[in-house]
Amino acid sequence: MIDTRVKIAGIEFKNPVTTASGTFGSGREFSDFVDLNRLGAVTVKGVANKPWLGNDAPRIAEVYGGMLNSVGLQNPGVEWFIKEDIPFLRQFDTKIIVNVCGHTIDEYTECVRMLQEADIDLLELNISCPNVKEGGMAFGTDCKMIEKVVSAVKKEAKQPLIVKMSPNVTDITETSKAAEVAGADALSMINTLTGMKIDIYKRKPVLANKIGGMSGPAVKPVAVRMVWQTAKAVKIPIIGMGGIMCAEDAIEFIMAGATMISVGTANFINPTATTDIVTGIEEFMEKNGINSLDEIRGIV
Amino acid sequence: MKAVETGIVLKNKKLAENIYDLRIRLPKIAPMAVCGQFVEVYPDNGANLLSRPISICEINENTIRLVFQVVGKGTKIFSELKEGDSIRVLGPCGNGYPLPKEKAEKPQKFLLAGGGIGVPPLLETAKQLKKTGDVEVFLGFRNGSFLVEDFARLGVKVHIATDDGSVGFMGNGVGLMESLDAKGDAIYSCGPKIMLKFLAKFGEARGIKTYVSMEERMACGIGACVGCVLKIKSGEGYENKKVCKDGPVFDSSEVIWE
Repeated sequence: MIDTRVKIAGIEFKNPVTTASGTFGSGREFSDFVDLNRLGAVTVKGVANKPWLGNDAPRIAEVYGGMLNSVGLQNPGVEWFIKEDIPFLRQFDTKIIVNVCGHTIDEYTECVRMLQEADIDLLELNISCPNVKEGGMAFGTDCKMIEKVVSAVKKEAKQPLIVKMSPNVTDITETSKAAEVAGADALSMINTLTGMKIDIYKRKPVLANKIGGMSGPAVKPVAVRMVWQTAKAVKIPIIGMGGIMCAEDAIEFIMAGATMISVGTANFINPTATTDIVTGIEEFMEKNGINSLDEIRGIV
Repeated sequence: MKAVETGIVLKNKKLAENIYDLRIRLPKIAPMAVCGQFVEVYPDNGANLLSRPISICEINENTIRLVFQVVGKGTKIFSELKEGDSIRVLGPCGNGYPLPKEKAEKPQKFLLAGGGIGVPPLLETAKQLKKTGDVEVFLGFRNGSFLVEDFARLGVKVHIATDDGSVGFMGNGVGLMESLDAKGDAIYSCGPKIMLKFLAKFGEARGIKTYVSMEERMACGIGACVGCVLKIKSGEGYENKKVCKDGPVFDSSEVIWE
């Protein structure tokens, strides 16, 4: 009998599969294709204390084996989210992880305060999104800033706090340890790698924002390496992500030390990627005589 | 509702330079589709991962006809599809053109304006609008033309403009409409942004409601990636609406034309 259940910060998930923030909307967008009841959790698109307009278009560019985005965290604000998205998601038997973004520590803490009474399971702090000019980069790449923002948010948070790490750093274990010391209950990694694409005929960047975040299968080896290094450096659980396209990819992350995994860009390429991966993990466990994911977590 | 399914290619034919006419059997998607919607087609070659949004040219029971232009690696793959090949498609995406619910008391006249690869979605639209009124079509091309016969076969009046004057009026489609002093109750359009911008002015000057079908680079086609935004008037400023989900058809008076 296989058991796919996993635990993070005392919260139990029916399986280790969730969605990468910003690739799955609030779940509603995928409900024609995916039975949301089958997912361990839905991690929703980033919300802020107030609505954000985001960047100008073009915001999307395809690159070999992946894509670039510079959405700029367009979102309708946390009030709208609480009113519209939570009641929708609560119809399903899945956990809700809310990704929170901000330009300043005050914006982060205000957003988290507004979520104190909300019916959600965990918070995920986006300190690493590279497409926010006014701070995202600075928060996630500097250990002192990470400690400041994470400890400020932790004081206000009523739900367990996941901190989403930026890969655009010299040593991911140092920034991860900073988040752990400041009170993070879990880490998610990796956010997108900063990248750029140039239209050689127009002689200018493809993205209006010039640079964007790279995701997709091409980044997976970088992500697996970072999860593996970090799992050995911190005691808190890790949600691994970065280019996961199939169950085999997900198992790699678990063997590197991840407790859960997130499916991101794959949702754009195969709308049923999340549930395909849930099924694939179950089949892998059955075929290989694995009863619990504890048996293979961090085995490498 | 939307579906993702693997369809069988019934026919793929070159219509003009870089323009292809692809018919795919899509028994789940086709019955749900309406004119002005689009589908997402997946290259599935391992390197070009994102689906390509392509407007629906015609809907026939279980079949969807796509007339598309080869603009890059993904569409190149679609141009090489042969009868019997399979191809993964998601759809139908977006909102179609608003159609009159029933025949108005006063006879209605609809003006359809298409530019280049914006022409195909107007074919199914013309077919539908013909049921409730008179349809007059204005098609603009850079040079040469395609799908003109298909419109003519519907029995609607067709006017052609080409930039080089090789076929019909020399100039663009909006210029042609101006030269003919086209009049109608509503305009349905699809084409390059610059053409739609001038068409919006044309409609506004004459007090004709103008629907424009827009395009933008997108990743998902279903409102999740928030990549394909268009600035839409909101109060004193604007808001970023999604072309894939809030569009692709917008009322031209709401669009901020840049």
